[in-house]
Amino acid sequence: MAKKMLEVKDLTTKYITRFRENIYAVDHVSFEVEEGKTLGIAGESGCGKSTLALSLMGYYFPPLYYSGGEITIDGRNISGLKPDDVRKSILGTEIAYIPQAAMNALNPTAKIIRFIEDVIHAHDPKKTKKDIYDLAKERFEILNLPSDVLQKHSVELSGGMKQRTVIAISTILSPKVLIADEPSSALDVTSQKLVIKMMYDLMNMGYIKSMIFITHELPLLYNVTDDIMVMYAGQIVESGSARQMVFDPVHPYSKGLMDSIIVPEEGTRDAKLTAIPGTPPNLKDPPKGCRFADRCKYVMPLCQTSFVTMRRFGELDDDGNAESQRRYRCIVPVHELKETFKREGGLRNTGGAAI
Amino acid sequence: MSDSVLSGKGITKVFGFGDKKTIAVDHVDFDFHERELVSIVGESGSGKTTLVKMLLGLLSVTEGDIYFMGKKRDISTRGKKREYWKGIQAIFQDPFSSYNMFHKIDSVLLDCINMRGGAGLPRSKKIEMMTEACGFVNLKFAELTNKYPFELSGGQMQRLMIARIFLLKPKILLADEPTSMIDACSRATILDMLLQCRDEVGMMIIFITHDIGLAYYISDSVYIMEHGKFVEHGSADDVILNPSADYTKRLINDVPKIHAPWDFGKALG
Ligand SMILES: Nc1ncnc2c1ncn2[C@@H]1O[C@H](COP(=O)(O)OP(=O)(O)OP(=O)(O)O)[C@@H](O)[C@H]1O
Ligand SMILES: Nc1ncnc2c1ncn2[C@@H]1O[C@H](COP(=O)(O)OP(=O)(O)OP(=O)(O)O)[C@@H](O)[C@H]1O
Ligand code: SF4
Ligand SMILES: [Mg+2]
Ligand SMILES: [Mg+2]
Repeated sequence: MAKKMLEVKDLTTKYITRFRENIYAVDHVSFEVEEGKTLGIAGESGCGKSTLALSLMGYYFPPLYYSGGEITIDGRNISGLKPDDVRKSILGTEIAYIPQAAMNALNPTAKIIRFIEDVIHAHDPKKTKKDIYDLAKERFEILNLPSDVLQKHSVELSGGMKQRTVIAISTILSPKVLIADEPSSALDVTSQKLVIKMMYDLMNMGYIKSMIFITHELPLLYNVTDDIMVMYAGQIVESGSARQMVFDPVHPYSKGLMDSIIVPEEGTRDAKLTAIPGTPPNLKDPPKGCRFADRCKYVMPLCQTSFVTMRRFGELDDDGNAESQRRYRCIVPVHELKETFKREGGLRNTGGAAI
Repeated sequence: MSDSVLSGKGITKVFGFGDKKTIAVDHVDFDFHERELVSIVGESGSGKTTLVKMLLGLLSVTEGDIYFMGKKRDISTRGKKREYWKGIQAIFQDPFSSYNMFHKIDSVLLDCINMRGGAGLPRSKKIEMMTEACGFVNLKFAELTNKYPFELSGGQMQRLMIARIFLLKPKILLADEPTSMIDACSRATILDMLLQCRDEVGMMIIFITHDIGLAYYISDSVYIMEHGKFVEHGSADDVILNPSADYTKRLINDVPKIHAPWDFGKALG
């Protein structure tokens, strides 16, 4: 069985607003990522994806607070560490995080090599500039990035080059988990491909051991990840392999999400998109029952009153691995959901070209 | 074919001069028809926004003529410009940038009614129209009154933008990347509303995007823009399923797909 790089159990974190309201943006989230695997996270804007990324690193600064749960990286429990210790012993070596829009947040007055010095010095203050430069040059060359970029300022780089540089900087200490939040959404398709290719290379060459990929772009997620997790209003509502999630979702929200995929492929133009009406609940005061209830077309009275838990379903995998079973959060049995979807015409995107 | 509502010949925009000269839009020709949905697709810096701004009359045209409703466009005076804007409106990527932060939501909508010559209508009629427009995009007018744009969520703002268009009923709507950076579900909602709005109002839509899949899904015809030039145009099926320009082929090849494998090899060489 593959080694677990990241294990998260019941992680719950909250924002405390200036009106003293608690916003549980990450609510009892549990999952794991094995060595060499990429986990994708998708979900509606504001469902808590970026907050989850911050929480995973233990990067708690007001208004974000830890509320419960455990995080284990490569066997080491890191929950409850102080932010100072997180910076010294977690960031960069255990987890690297590429925030949404990171590439535009680089200080324009500093050369790229300075950022690398910062990352390394936070962890190892004694390392000489010469050693750092040599390390950076070698890494850049291996990743097919021109090493003269090290002496440049961020404004001199194109968008795609800037993003690849940001990733190279963040992973210089060979972290066990790389979390990338919308790393390529602002880029053209060709630069996007180069960014993704580099992330693959990092993993194949062993510079990173696992990856979490957050994006709204589902076709990209499908191509890049092994497993996909769909979040809704602070909770996970379904997880499974990328293929199962895109072609065989069972939760009504994931079904809606996958039905919204648009790709330039024959046949996909004829099937009309159907939008899910309504908006997600306010996380200040989420509903007691299913959080998707007021938008779900299959809603029943019980959905609104009972706490809906995550349930496992599906077969064990070839190795008899229970972990590879799928999970979903809905009170309706899987086979009933599948029959209903089938009756309604199935998935929008499988009506077209052959798979 | 139905009547031409907007067309252009040799439209060019040059920024700066001498060494600093940038030809952002380079002699493009186009002809858009009533109720048509046209997408303009191109990579960052290809000149899409520059073209949109010229069409809107927000940027001067360096060379070429624009024809609106069959006649050469004349926006030489403020009055003529205002008249032109009754026929052509735009929504942009960042909904927050399209509103005056200091105007309450009701006055944003009220302005639209006034612009369409409804200034003299009784107040009850105006409220009825605003309520209808909000209802059209699933917003509750009563909850918006007395609020400022920044008090709304991104999704509410985007829907408010479409409510404005519903009231303004322009002949042409320019939509510059209105759905980038949002999740697929919310995108479907916005597209749905835009298409309904077109059917309801009977306008033509020019949709600007770098997402070729999106262009394929929504458009009647597609124009592909590279370095300020249209390298290809035609019906969505022709352009996307049988592209002739190398640039179009590359765009289609490089976009991730779900039925065909996403081919790394070609682009990376
Ligand atoms: N500083 C903050 N104070 C209070 N609430 C916040 C703060 N930052 C985020 N939130 C709330 O927490 C929730 C989750 O936000 P988050 O940014 O994690 O969403 P997301 O899934 O990353 O969205 P997107 O796809 O738009 O990036 C949202 O409802 C948001 O309003
Ligand atoms: N005001 C300006 N002054 C000088 N150059 C400009 C100006 N506005 C745009 N340009 C240049 O014109 C070219 C086209 O820019 P434009 O913004 O129209 O591209 P775009 O296709 O909309 O790109 P994006 O997808 O990034 O929005 C670019 O090279 C840009 O740098
Ligand atoms: S629990 Fe009920 S409301 Fe929630 S997703 Fe399932 S059917 Fe829909
Ligand atoms: Mg986010
Ligand atoms: Mg633009």
